[in-house]
Amino acid sequence: MTTTAHALATAEPTPRSRPSPRIASVAADATVKLSVADLHKRYGEHEVLKGVSLQARKGDVISLIGASGSGKSTMLRCINFLEQPDAGVITLDEQTIEMRQGRAGTRAPHPAQLQNLRTRLAMVFQHFNLWSHMTVLENICMAPRRVLGVSSQEAEARARKYLDKVGLPPRAADQYPAFLSGGQQQRVAIARALAMEPEIILFDEPTSALDPELVGEVLKVIQTLAEEGRTMLMVTHEMGFARQVSSQVLFLHQGRVEEQGSAEILDQPQSERLQQFLSNRLK
Amino acid sequence: MIELFEQYGQAYLYSDGAGLSGLAMTLWLFVITMILGFFLSLPLALARVSRNLWLRWPVEFYTFVFRGTPLYIQLLICYTGLYGLEVVRDHALLDQFFRNALNCTLLAFVLNTCAYTVEIFAGAIRNIPHGEIEAAQAYGLHGWKLNLFVVLPAALRRSLPAYSNELILMLHATSLAFTATIADILKVARDANAATFLTFQAFGTAALLYMLLSFALVGLFRLAERRWMGFLVPARG
Repeated sequence: MTTTAHALATAEPTPRSRPSPRIASVAADATVKLSVADLHKRYGEHEVLKGVSLQARKGDVISLIGASGSGKSTMLRCINFLEQPDAGVITLDEQTIEMRQGRAGTRAPHPAQLQNLRTRLAMVFQHFNLWSHMTVLENICMAPRRVLGVSSQEAEARARKYLDKVGLPPRAADQYPAFLSGGQQQRVAIARALAMEPEIILFDEPTSALDPELVGEVLKVIQTLAEEGRTMLMVTHEMGFARQVSSQVLFLHQGRVEEQGSAEILDQPQSERLQQFLSNRLK
Repeated sequence: MIELFEQYGQAYLYSDGAGLSGLAMTLWLFVITMILGFFLSLPLALARVSRNLWLRWPVEFYTFVFRGTPLYIQLLICYTGLYGLEVVRDHALLDQFFRNALNCTLLAFVLNTCAYTVEIFAGAIRNIPHGEIEAAQAYGLHGWKLNLFVVLPAALRRSLPAYSNELILMLHATSLAFTATIADILKVARDANAATFLTFQAFGTAALLYMLLSFALVGLFRLAERRWMGFLVPARG
């Protein structure tokens, strides 16, 4: 195993791994925005995550890559507790989410902390998960109004601003999601995330459910967000895109971080697994 | 025929001299039953799909009992059966409540329609795509906010067709009220028939009035579906 995750733990990179300067500085950097440490998750007998960690500083764009079943989506979903991790520590702005004994022996996060975390981390899903019975405008206004408690005028102003930002025409506001193309729906979902004015955006395979010709328009929006210096975590199969926007890339294999570093690891993979994974992709 | 309407027209429509009757009484029964049944069924439907056994099981038992027995028997039990019990007669409040035929009838109707409505709404809640609930949770909606702003609006819209069906059946079921001496449309028709022996005209008039109400109801639901179910129609074939 040549993981820089272990190198990070000792703060002494092994000669074989080539951590980027950005990554190397993380351990000493006090401005870590989100830290995930030693996350474990199992479904029955099957251990999906066997202790994965990451650290995101403000402005980081971290791509999680790996074959399907490697645990990358589960890792992302554990970060906002859509899945309850069995073990591990999640820290946002140096505040660690306290885990409590929940129902039926499961561990559950402290409710108030969970609520706080979820208002600061917005998520974009593979299958958009827009509320199909609400118009685009209602979809975007819902969480700011009902969770953050902003006024309806303010919520609507935000909605129109971010609809414009993701490149949708104003008339789209009154449409129902089912009347839009997949690419448009995903851009609405991104606008919905932006309207929360989140500190971190989680993308769970944002283009995997799209027709190939619609992928570009969504990636373009995500790239704009990356260029604005937003902090983002992204599970993706788009290697070219990951190379372009990522400040960090994590390669997961069978529930472990197999290799980690700057986007360069996609060009010069150190581990055999990542070499294999990338060569399979390019075929 | 003219004679029948001269004598019973007013009773068919709104008053038999002693109080509300005919169409007005049927409408009153229906509207009260519908409103109470609807609002009672919302929390029960949420309980019906709850993961908590202590919430789910009692509701499941309730809908099983009320969907498993004929409405007429439920009405008989509410109207005469319960009042036959000493405990009920000895309790001042219960005594007062069950002495009134209208109270008993409404109780039976509300409990019956509520049981069916709970199952309709619960089914619609289960049919909400899981991802939509997950998205709501990921954005910080939970507890009553999740139910009020996402789950119930999504479920109610999807259950409009089934719910309109239940309401039409309920409207027709109100014709059982005459057995509890309520002067609804059917009671007036029976009185008119007994007095004039114009059987076809007497019951035919009642049938027309029920049909009128049904059509109005169907029309209202068509408007409601256009207003609230537009989201289901895909733009492209």
